[in-house]
Amino acid sequence: MSTWLRNNALVASAALAAVLLTLAIALVAFYAPLDQDGLNQKIFYFHVPIALTAYACFGWGAWKGLLHLWKRTPGADLESYVAIHLGVIFGAMTLVTGSIWAKYRWGHWWLWSEKQLVLFLVLFLFYSAYFMLRFSVEPGPRQANLSAVYSLFGVVLIPISFLAIRLANAYIHPIAFTSHGPQMAGSQFFTFCVCLAAMLSLFAALYHLELAGKRLDAHLRELRELLG
Amino acid sequence: MRGYVGDVAALARKDLLLEVRSRDTLPAMLIFVAAALVIFHFALPSGTGELAGLGLLWVAIVFTALLGLSRAFVAEREQGVLDGLVLAPSDRSAIWLGKSLAALTFLVLAEAIALPLFAIFFSSVDGATIAAVALADIGICAVGVFVSAMATATRARELLLPVLFLPLAIPVIVGGVGASVADSAGRYLGFLALYDALFATICWASFEYVVTE
Repeated sequence: MSTWLRNNALVASAALAAVLLTLAIALVAFYAPLDQDGLNQKIFYFHVPIALTAYACFGWGAWKGLLHLWKRTPGADLESYVAIHLGVIFGAMTLVTGSIWAKYRWGHWWLWSEKQLVLFLVLFLFYSAYFMLRFSVEPGPRQANLSAVYSLFGVVLIPISFLAIRLANAYIHPIAFTSHGPQMAGSQFFTFCVCLAAMLSLFAALYHLELAGKRLDAHLRELRELLG
Repeated sequence: MRGYVGDVAALARKDLLLEVRSRDTLPAMLIFVAAALVIFHFALPSGTGELAGLGLLWVAIVFTALLGLSRAFVAEREQGVLDGLVLAPSDRSAIWLGKSLAALTFLVLAEAIALPLFAIFFSSVDGATIAAVALADIGICAVGVFVSAMATATRARELLLPVLFLPLAIPVIVGGVGASVADSAGRYLGFLALYDALFATICWASFEYVVTE
């Protein structure tokens, strides 16, 4: 079973993602109750899972970076890069969905008092620089080392920036918004968990898809060099 | 242990001696920070208040540091010194520590001019701000020298330094401005100390991978 899973990770994760995403959309549309915010609160079921998935991507990328530096695991560098690449995409989606939510809830596209959004802006800047760094070095051991070290900086920067933004709110915004209102009801929490699982499996599917593509590229290049 | 301290001291001494003889980084930093403060005077319309000035002081500090850091590895690169240093029988993190100490010296000297100038031009500088500047300097130089070494290894070189450094400097700005303007500076100073400790540790531990393949 486990060997089958390893060999068919792409197919398995894609199938799981398709099932869970369909289920999640159905639950959000028909099952989750409306709260006092009305319909626009439903974007919460996408915004927060996407944000958590982005953290998972950055964490996974840093873990693979650490494996590269520590154990010199072959392929860990490519896996780290793919995870961070997807993390930036999920991060951009977090910024967009968060901005839409803020517009409908508070009437502004951007709120500096929304700590998660500001944190994602900082992380987005940080990880955008990752690509500049990576593609400004010739492919090889040096590129892999620099990328891995930078991905480790990321996981230190996430909690530090989170703390910084909380501290900054104390002198920039003395009155904080209470953003989540009452506690989630059981049915809302269940829907949220399904949405989170759906996003994580979507990440897994995209991760395996991009890895398969990159490995195929590398393989093709090797074959071409053998022929040439 | 004694060997390590000796290596770090020798490397820092080399950079300071180079600066004493060539004098190209520190004068540029001094003129830059003075010009920045004059620009801030014209950028702040009257009635903007002291707090805005204190915020801009931190902008000036970070950008002055950036100016110095962009020169940090130029001599190493142009003369191929870095290869020699990597081959030397000492721990590679000593290169980072020595360079950070030299950068810290330049930054402190620049601020020894900038802070009094700020006090004359704008508003007085209190003890909390000076403590915050001291703590922030350590973090800025530790992270900045590390990132500068990274940027030196790339094709884009100096262009990449601000792109890599500024997102990492955001927490320093928060801690510094917070300590300058908030009523209770203690937790901002604590935050800066935490930043210094965390990032100095990770820089120290991973510098080897930046200079070797």
